[in-house]
Amino acid sequence: MIFHPAILALLIGSLLIGFMLSYAAYHGLSILRRWDLRSGSEVQLGLERRTYLISTLMAYSFGFQLLSLFLFIYTVDHLSPLFVGAMCAAGTLNVNPYGYPTFLLKVVNFILGGLWLILNYADNRAYDYPLIKKKYGLLLSITPFVIAEVILQGKYFLGLKPDIITSCCGTLFTSEVQGVASKIIVLPRHPVEIVFYASMVITLILGAFSYIRRKAGYLFSLSSLVTFLISIVALISFLCLYFYELPTHHCPFCILQREYYYAGYPIYFTLLGGAVSGMGVGLLMPFRGIKSLQELLPPLQRNLTLASIFAYGLFTIIVICQRIISNLKL
Amino acid sequence: MIQLMNIRKVFNTGKPNEFVALEGIEILLHPHQATVFKGPSGSGKTTLLSVVGCMARPTSGRILLYDQEITSLPERFLTEIRRKTFGFVFQQFHLIKGITAIENVMAPAYPGGEKYASLRKRAGQLLGLLGLSSKVSSRVEWLSGGEAQRVAIARALINQPSVIIADEPTAHLDTKLSKEFMEIMKRLKEEGKTLLIASHDPIVHESEAVDRVIEMRDGRIVNPGRFS
Amino acid sequence: MPWFEKQKNILDFTLSSLLRRKGKNLTLTTVYTLVVFFLASVMFFTHALKKEAAFVLRDAPEIMVQRLMAGRHDLIPKSYMETLKQIKGVQAVKARLWGYYYDPTNGANYTLMVNEDLHNAAGTIAIGRGVSQNLIGKEHGIMPFKTHDGSYVFLKIRETFSSESALISSDLILISEVDFRRLFGIPETHATDLTLHVRNPKELTTIATKIVQLLPDTRPILRDEILRTYDAVFDWRGGIILVILFGTVMAFILFAWDKAAGLSAEEKREIGILKAIGWETSDILLMKFWEGAVVSVSSFLSGLLLAYLHVFFSSSVLFESALKGWSVLYPDFKLTPFINAYQVGALFFLTVVPYTVATLIPSWRAATIDPDSVMRT
Repeated sequence: MIFHPAILALLIGSLLIGFMLSYAAYHGLSILRRWDLRSGSEVQLGLERRTYLISTLMAYSFGFQLLSLFLFIYTVDHLSPLFVGAMCAAGTLNVNPYGYPTFLLKVVNFILGGLWLILNYADNRAYDYPLIKKKYGLLLSITPFVIAEVILQGKYFLGLKPDIITSCCGTLFTSEVQGVASKIIVLPRHPVEIVFYASMVITLILGAFSYIRRKAGYLFSLSSLVTFLISIVALISFLCLYFYELPTHHCPFCILQREYYYAGYPIYFTLLGGAVSGMGVGLLMPFRGIKSLQELLPPLQRNLTLASIFAYGLFTIIVICQRIISNLKL
Repeated sequence: MIQLMNIRKVFNTGKPNEFVALEGIEILLHPHQATVFKGPSGSGKTTLLSVVGCMARPTSGRILLYDQEITSLPERFLTEIRRKTFGFVFQQFHLIKGITAIENVMAPAYPGGEKYASLRKRAGQLLGLLGLSSKVSSRVEWLSGGEAQRVAIARALINQPSVIIADEPTAHLDTKLSKEFMEIMKRLKEEGKTLLIASHDPIVHESEAVDRVIEMRDGRIVNPGRFS
Repeated sequence: MPWFEKQKNILDFTLSSLLRRKGKNLTLTTVYTLVVFFLASVMFFTHALKKEAAFVLRDAPEIMVQRLMAGRHDLIPKSYMETLKQIKGVQAVKARLWGYYYDPTNGANYTLMVNEDLHNAAGTIAIGRGVSQNLIGKEHGIMPFKTHDGSYVFLKIRETFSSESALISSDLILISEVDFRRLFGIPETHATDLTLHVRNPKELTTIATKIVQLLPDTRPILRDEILRTYDAVFDWRGGIILVILFGTVMAFILFAWDKAAGLSAEEKREIGILKAIGWETSDILLMKFWEGAVVSVSSFLSGLLLAYLHVFFSSSVLFESALKGWSVLYPDFKLTPFINAYQVGALFFLTVVPYTVATLIPSWRAATIDPDSVMRT
């Protein structure tokens, strides 16, 4: 194993996050079983105090999770010189079979954590904790994912040995190699472009409509999820090319490097932000009927919609600007 | 405007030291009135005040405040209601040591997000009304008993509540200061505040400002009092 | 904006509350700063060394060819150069002469290297600034060297050079080819190793394979391999220290927990009062958050600053022996300052995150004090 400080930091960080979440889940169980708001008994009061702890633990965990996602990619990118054949994060992740799953899990957990926080916020604002059971049910289902991530990340880092030869993104993200990435690259460019712009426009319009008319919440939410996935595909397929000014460089990780002005960070930030807030709208839709939430949810959803539109809009602007100023003409 | 229905409060349920502080409490308290709760120590006066003042949740029973049921409100909402509606003066004053009088007065309003400057001005005015303008920047450790109590009263008033709750306010005061205290209470009542005071001091419950005296014993009301 | 004002008010109260308990908070901040200081020093140091190594190797040739005899590095015949020149993709082949010389007077190991500039200046040497600083008898301008056959050769110091990398200048002496061969007794037909410049970096591995095929008693070494090895060793060394310091971090976590959980009666009373006068649990948690933030930020920044000064201005006096290794001759040298967001991020996860987690539960316990209990005291 490589005794790199950042790796130790990530391992410690993820252990702590895993611990916090397990603790939260454990107490969430007792809340699920014995919660009764009407009762003024000491047990109930104790449970109410507990929810403060759990909210706090989750809020911190989510914050650290976001930071650890970026630190993970930065570290993995930084380690690439140690592996023959790796030139960026894509290569380092490929060193052993745990790399990409860890990365994907980190992204998924980030999104799940964000959604939980939105649910938690809504629940706390209502005067009778209407969503408490669903909230803790969700927490219990997120916990195994987080624990899986801790384990996978551990296995990944422990299995990193510097003399393993791996492939760089140049070979991973080409059309000859088998795999998801290659399937994306061989897609003809024009249709993908059209689909991307179309999905973005649809999402933005639905968002505006939803914001003004307060309807079509589910539709917008679904659309924002789909747009998230399509955007990732689009990044690999053709958007990245404009940053690298090379028609064959499809790697989605290299844009995080300094030579490309760290453009990857605002791109992924806005994309993730848009996805979480957009999906949050859909998450809250089923609860609009609950009495104590009737006044609260619509403004909250409007804010989320606005945030999502803003984030996706920013993403689109960045990408279009790059396309315009890029020296590459396809 | 404050209605308690069959209120029961139990501490340490299920343990050997289980203790029933309140049993079967039924009261209706009217606004702009001064009510005194009289009874020996252990009769439940303090517990009743904390239940009425949204500081503690009853084990069973219902409370209505201005016709809104507040019995099972989560702490967040209860505290907000308490901050806006009630002002507390404690038996031991409970001022925060190490900071000045005016900072003590401002403390309850910090979470409300009011601008510091306007808050400070209001606090200064309150201290002025109570004759403490010269002690605004004094550390509370250096104040006399009477001055400390007036700071406590000012603190209770900072959020402009409609109800003042005082628990054994004259316990540490001599006769002169006790009478002064009741004068202040009378003034507040004239300004439209509702007063709820727990005390076994005759100076308090025989004061002309008091409208109703409720007697308590062993957690129950033994004499609901009548309006004088 | 009320939210903003609320943060300001509570932050204000938090600061005054921290100052009211100077003793406890000062101890906490000091320990915290020390922990950050140690960890940051290790990280800065290893990272700076890595950068130095990379810098040193920047101008190194892409491939070096060494001859092996019974598994050990031996002199290489210059005739091999012809074979190497034939390989497709090889741009230039040069012979290199260098070696180590132990000087008993100064107790130092020097690296002697033949340099083109001194080709016509036999009898003279150029020494690195680091060498010059510790040289006994340098005033005479002459350095004695004992040759392979026991005789002495006196070489005149014609200049002292400095390099951006102090590592280079601290033990390097440049010498002419004639003097070098005389000193070490190396025949004209041989050199220490051969260096190749390759046109296309992508073909390095292919060329290296060909070299081994054509000249089976040689070993080609790629510059990138050296860089990787250095990186790994520095990481390993730095990591070992960090693992040892892990004990420090654990102790720190326990300490933080203890300080946070051990609320004095006065603190408990204060929180109880705050809750009684209208602060919610989340307001107290907010106050605790600000407390943690103020302590963390000030300790983190102080620790970082101190570590920066320690490593880059005082040459890491505390760590040198463990991290640098084996040579006696290690004069003070200044590492090039280098710090980036990545190191700061890793440090954050190693210090601030454990601290925050350790204080979470005690903070929550404090925040959920029953206001009711205040009424009854």
